[in-house]
Amino acid sequence: MTTSVRVGGGQGFWGDALDAPSRLVQGGPIDYLMLDYLAEVTMSILQKQKERDPNLGYARDFIGAVESVLGAVVDGRVRIVANAGGVNPRACAAAVRKLNERLRIGVVTGDDLLPQLDQLVAQGHTLAHMETGEPLSTVRDRVLSANAYIGAAPIRTALARGANIVITGRSTDTALTMAPIAETFGWRADDYDRLAAGIVAGHIIECGAQCSGGNCLYDWRTIPDLADVGYPIVEAVPDGSFVVTKHPKTGGRVSVETVTEQLVYEMGDPHQYITPDVIADFTTIRLEQIGPDRVRVSGIKGAPPTDKLKVSIAYRAGFKAVGTLVYAWPEALDKARVADRVLRERLDRLGLRFDKVLTEFVGASATHGVLAGAPAPDLAEVQLRVGVRGERRADVERFTRELAPLVLNGPPSVTGFAGGRPKVEEIVAYWPALIDKRVVHTEVEVV
Amino acid sequence: MHVRLLDIAHARSGDKGDTANVGLIANRVDWYPVLRDHLSVERVAAHFAGVISGPVQRFELPNLSALNFLLHGALDGGGTLSLKTDAQGKVFSTALLRLVLDVPNDEAKRLGLPPAPPP
Repeated sequence: MTTSVRVGGGQGFWGDALDAPSRLVQGGPIDYLMLDYLAEVTMSILQKQKERDPNLGYARDFIGAVESVLGAVVDGRVRIVANAGGVNPRACAAAVRKLNERLRIGVVTGDDLLPQLDQLVAQGHTLAHMETGEPLSTVRDRVLSANAYIGAAPIRTALARGANIVITGRSTDTALTMAPIAETFGWRADDYDRLAAGIVAGHIIECGAQCSGGNCLYDWRTIPDLADVGYPIVEAVPDGSFVVTKHPKTGGRVSVETVTEQLVYEMGDPHQYITPDVIADFTTIRLEQIGPDRVRVSGIKGAPPTDKLKVSIAYRAGFKAVGTLVYAWPEALDKARVADRVLRERLDRLGLRFDKVLTEFVGASATHGVLAGAPAPDLAEVQLRVGVRGERRADVERFTRELAPLVLNGPPSVTGFAGGRPKVEEIVAYWPALIDKRVVHTEVEVV
Repeated sequence: MHVRLLDIAHARSGDKGDTANVGLIANRVDWYPVLRDHLSVERVAAHFAGVISGPVQRFELPNLSALNFLLHGALDGGGTLSLKTDAQGKVFSTALLRLVLDVPNDEAKRLGLPPAPPP
């Protein structure tokens, strides 16, 4: 019987360090490489790409990541579990297939609810917004994508059928880690404490190096060699406890503090961390430093899951643009404030309509607002940052042409406009909802 | 005695829709009761008045020497809608650490709490 399994977290989002997967595979032994590519907004970006080209719609970085560790995967030393499939897991698998004919690729589908969305609504699934309670009909004609967050079961099935690489669409981030651990030890679907432990392991490593020294506030000046930061590894054992660590001779740090900061990241009610497979109770987690860069995690309790799945729906929600100018000493903040007034008066006189115009003074108060207190009287420079949002593209477009004239028409000592006009972006907003589990049918193919 | 959260705790924040969460972690296990006993939901709501538009929720995690706060209406709609520099609530963490508690002198002395710097 297998007595331990090692899962490395090699990608915290689409855009993370390109060489992290190969460093995890080459830096020491791991059994599984877990790669998390999907954030809330990523699915809608991928949906737009798929509309332009039916062979796209997945995280293309993944192909390079697989290529960078191909030898170890073909040899059977390392298996990969990734939600890189986005809205097109089969196209992702086809692209991976081109790298090597011998790979056994597991493809998990069934999370995509877009084709049956109207049917579901007609059957009485309101897909009401989880926070506001509004029915989906409010935005139905603007919906771009709709995906259920699916759990560990189909990933386990693919692994049990011998896949070297498992590609999913919108599976939960944590299932990507829990599934290989649970499958290795044969944990039952009602072994809630152990499944919850797998979920906590997944939560800790799903943001890559953010648990191993990256973005860590505690004692941040002393964290070594972030240029070669060690990505995290979970060493799990059958009783449900595990150790968080990283490869030797890498930078960063794994301590009770770095792990705790990641545990509280994006936390809601800590008693109920809800996933499709189990509800984990984060108030039961015990952490213990058992060696340098080794934190033992134990004691985790879980409870049965609900009969619902979360659904991530993306819809078109108007347009926005953000522009900046930099004002220099002396009286930099006053100049930026006057420039903002001039700009707003121009927008008014032009009769432009926006849902929101937001001004921030970077260097004085942009991130902490009134909590920042009175700014120093003699700031070296202040960046004026103005954003607008509205339904009318033409109005947002016109705003982007009103910023540059301030350089010649507004207050003095202004610079920092070399980047040109701000870009108009279409807003793709996020609509979280719940749906009955029994209407979501996942499928697994191993090809 | 005045005690600034920055000097006794660390924090990380993130987002869920238009809500920011701040996980606040005591720097020492024996300092956790200071956070638990003196940092009420009302105190945090007052601190963020004018910065957020919704209510505050508070959760205790004594196992991690931590409190978790949910700050609703913090992100100008959140995600892609938000026009804010900090659209994902990444630095509400240090915004909370600006808060100064009033801790009874004997308690502060017994626990070796560092006094807040003069305003």
